[in-house]
Amino acid sequence: MTGKDLPALNIADLQSLLRRCEVSPLEVIDALRGRIDAIDPEIGAYLSLDMDAAAHEAKKSNVDLPLGGVPLAIKDIINVMGQPCTCGSKILQGYRAIYDATVIQKLRAAGAIPFGKTNLDEFAMGSSTENSAMKLTRNPWDLSRVPGGSSGGSAAAVAMDAAFGALGSDTGGSIRQPAALCGVVGLKPTYGRVSRFGLVAFASSLDQVGPLTKTVRDAAMIMNAIAGHDLQDSTSLNEAVPDYTARLGDDLRGVRLGLPKEYLIEGIDLQVKTAIDDAVRQMSSLGAEIIEVSLPATEYAIAVYYIVATAEASANLARFDGVRYGYRAQNPKDMLELYGRSRAEGFGPEVKRRIILGTYVLSSGYYDAYYLRAQKVRELIRRDFVRAFEKVDALVSPTSPVPAFKLGERVADPLQMYLADIFTIAANLAGICGISVPCGFAEVEGHRLPIGLQVLGKALDEARILQIAHAYEQSTDWHKARPPIAAAVA
Amino acid sequence: MARTSDLDVAYVARLARINLTEAEEKVFQKQLDDVLNYVEKLRQADVSHVEAAAHTLPIFNVFREDAPGDCFKAEQALSNAPRQANGLFVVPKVVE
Repeated sequence: MTGKDLPALNIADLQSLLRRCEVSPLEVIDALRGRIDAIDPEIGAYLSLDMDAAAHEAKKSNVDLPLGGVPLAIKDIINVMGQPCTCGSKILQGYRAIYDATVIQKLRAAGAIPFGKTNLDEFAMGSSTENSAMKLTRNPWDLSRVPGGSSGGSAAAVAMDAAFGALGSDTGGSIRQPAALCGVVGLKPTYGRVSRFGLVAFASSLDQVGPLTKTVRDAAMIMNAIAGHDLQDSTSLNEAVPDYTARLGDDLRGVRLGLPKEYLIEGIDLQVKTAIDDAVRQMSSLGAEIIEVSLPATEYAIAVYYIVATAEASANLARFDGVRYGYRAQNPKDMLELYGRSRAEGFGPEVKRRIILGTYVLSSGYYDAYYLRAQKVRELIRRDFVRAFEKVDALVSPTSPVPAFKLGERVADPLQMYLADIFTIAANLAGICGISVPCGFAEVEGHRLPIGLQVLGKALDEARILQIAHAYEQSTDWHKARPPIAAAVA
Repeated sequence: MARTSDLDVAYVARLARINLTEAEEKVFQKQLDDVLNYVEKLRQADVSHVEAAAHTLPIFNVFREDAPGDCFKAEQALSNAPRQANGLFVVPKVVE
């Protein structure tokens, strides 16, 4: 194994080498640095790197810890002390975090080394990473296409072997959808399973932090480190954390998988549908029982989401006012102008749109018609899942109705962009967990574009969906495929 | 300005303290009209017997001991301030 080959390893394999002292943590950092320098100028996954600090950490790292010496990339909406935290927004340009998020404290305690911050849609609002005010991120499988979003930088970095694994955040699909579009694994934990302390808030009743990785096992290893109760987050659940790797290797015999009939909608790409059908047949041949289920309130999910999420965002983003941190407009004549111009000049169009929509649905005279009604329909969506999980152990569907779309294709039409999240959004509204795992490719204009299979589980059933996703993954070679650009650099 | 919903973007933007340009007002009005027309479909859902979801999971008030813990020092809290002096955030005059 030469330094050049190191970045292609998954976390579990890297860990074996580190523990056998066949490679040192410092050599791993150097190899990663070389890899990022060689490939990231083409892709644009990273917003900032702190490799010198990472090298310093590596020298004193203890490889016997659960993630000892493993470098991880962090979505630039999670606070890492001393590093920038831009949230992809001009309003936080130059901001430096003054503390570690709880997930970062936990990763450090497990021996991992956070070394760089990845690009995202501004404040995680988007499905293509094109709403970043900082830079464009390209899909490593086809540079003319989006990596998905909002955790597009994290997904692209893992896909092109420029990160061993990464953290993202998922409010309506922002871990699972980019994972699907870039051909990696992405897990959204149950609401409350992972602390949100230090994750810059977008929609507080929906946001969760989770891993993006090359394999299901790696996702389980990161979950072991980051899950758990936190006194700093009153919505975090005080429930025991199982060993998420314990059930990996269990087979699918006797597992009941639900196929929601509402998810076979019009507009789903034919190659995506074929790949999902094949994956379901594969899981059936591995012993799973396939059962059709119904989630009738699904058709309302996107409408509910864009009321609840924007309402919460309008309140959360009120803190960006140009007073205590972040961007301030030049020479305001009074406070009102300081607020109005700092926010006008600091926020991008999608963030402005969502704040305005959220302010409107909460405003006097419209609250009942929009926000209250949306919260009631949200309860219908939650009940659908409760009923379905009485009959099945997990649900399977496409992660995204389409493979990666072209850069620029949906920017002018926010509603079209919102529809990209149709299969992922309901899980956030219901608070349940979900994972996306590679399940094939679409051939489009001479490029292979990854397709993701989503497995949804009931609340706190992460170990189960990891087991199911792992059993499927290990029966295929999809997770071993790497984009041509990654092979060219290696 | 022609609009197809009750939303007045210019007015709500002022409430949200975002100074929009006229061009932005025009584009956002059209785009948010589209979104609001889309969410109209929620009217079809029968919610007559449903309590609004406050939380998806059984989460209740959480209490801790009322004991002081670690907190940021003033210089940490001020370290990202656009303007500061004498340990304070500096803003334009707010009283005449």
